[in-house]
Amino acid sequence: MSGIRTSILSLAALLQMAGATSVLAASSEADFKAAFAAAEAANKEAGALRNQWTVTAAALAGAKKAAEKGDFDLATAQSKEAEALAKASIYQATSEKQAWKALEIR
Amino acid sequence: MNVRSAIHVASAAVFSATLALATLALTATPPATAADTIDPVADAKAFQKYFTTKFPKLKLEDFVNGPYSMDEGMHRQWEEKEQFPPYEFSLDMGKELFAKPFKNGKSFADCFANGGIGIRQNYPYFDEKEGKVVTLELALNRCREANGEAPFSYVKDEMAALTAYMAFTSRGKPFDIKIPNDPRALAAYQNGKQYFYTRRGQLNFSCATCHVQSPGERIRAEVLAPALGLLNAMPIYRSEWSGMGTISRRFTTCNSQIRGVPLEPQADEYRDLEYYLSYVSNGLPISGPGARP
Amino acid sequence: MASTIRVRATASGETTEVQALIQHPMDSGFVKDAKGEIIPPHFIRELTFEYDGKSVFVADWGAAVSKDPYVKFSFKGGKKGEDLKISWVDNQGQSDTTTAKIQ
Repeated sequence: MSGIRTSILSLAALLQMAGATSVLAASSEADFKAAFAAAEAANKEAGALRNQWTVTAAALAGAKKAAEKGDFDLATAQSKEAEALAKASIYQATSEKQAWKALEIR
Repeated sequence: MNVRSAIHVASAAVFSATLALATLALTATPPATAADTIDPVADAKAFQKYFTTKFPKLKLEDFVNGPYSMDEGMHRQWEEKEQFPPYEFSLDMGKELFAKPFKNGKSFADCFANGGIGIRQNYPYFDEKEGKVVTLELALNRCREANGEAPFSYVKDEMAALTAYMAFTSRGKPFDIKIPNDPRALAAYQNGKQYFYTRRGQLNFSCATCHVQSPGERIRAEVLAPALGLLNAMPIYRSEWSGMGTISRRFTTCNSQIRGVPLEPQADEYRDLEYYLSYVSNGLPISGPGARP
Repeated sequence: MASTIRVRATASGETTEVQALIQHPMDSGFVKDAKGEIIPPHFIRELTFEYDGKSVFVADWGAAVSKDPYVKFSFKGGKKGEDLKISWVDNQGQSDTTTAKIQ
């Protein structure tokens, strides 16, 4: 949905303007590579749990595309978003191992 | 977009992620269950009772019509559609495909009991030699491969046509899924049940979220079907797809619709899920092939 | 080749009800294939039902009609046992025709 894409871009803009994290003030290619690697590792872990999200893949693809264009700020921001999404999917898979029982018809 | 709204939008994204996590945390405490014995008989009884209580005006066999039994307007549409069903072309193709011999002279009839006629209600079954659940779709492709033919895609076209024909030959026969007294079969059943109730995807839905908690209600423009009898009409001609789709197609597309990356068609989880869902609908008649919006 | 047209016509009193299901891709020309290339438009342009030498129903279709179209209509007249002729022509010049007996 477009709301999410807007928020990804706004996140990058926000981080740039806020100037509070290491992401802003021009992320370097090295920053992007580190962020992307972290996101990929988290997504891989989600994959081992058989619970990856489509939006994680989309964020990773978006990060890669931005990096190819040389926009490392956006690429890094998208990588961090991807990592957050992947981590959420891991949390979901882990907690659902018990939580599913609450929905069961008895 | 100015800074203020950018912050709102950005924080909304973070907020919704944390909200999702918080929701997960709040529901993380399961009710105290009795000893973890797997009791499919009791499950099926409770399952059917839940839906017949929720929809007291429906006869048990009505549940196989999914959304068409949930809504009067849709029921009238279904009655009309049944006079000239859109799956007819696929059904005819399935009949031809089923009879067509492989290059080695054998045909599908050689792989199935009773030549493959009137047996759909027995699938899936638990193969005790292999220790896994075998679905009809899997059995069809294994038949092809055993006879030197390339397997079909699991989601549409030939596989849909073949399963449409086989379902048609079983129309009216009640689902008769067996769970042998084998811990592996019980584990597969339980695995399928767990999959059904487990939330997944960014939208954090489980199969139960729609089909147990909200049957008869709408998700966007669609009326939701109850989980009871959910697979009896498969495969289906779905207007949304402008074509036929198999159980594999529906499982994978349901996953992606809730923003979960689908597993491979006929993955263990899906076969176990089909095993569970079919078993709890034992006694309800096969109505496939079907048509859906 | 099997006909693309399935039809059922039932006479009852003064009217005949007709249902037809036609197998046709009805490609609009706006959809891309897996490679990203446009699937060329391929749709029925005209659909005609004839009884007793006269057209009882004519449809001028375009790209907006979906795949495997279904048609239902009634017309005044029509006797059991008589012929109903159905034919279509599409934008690529393909056509099909069939004749069915009114029941």
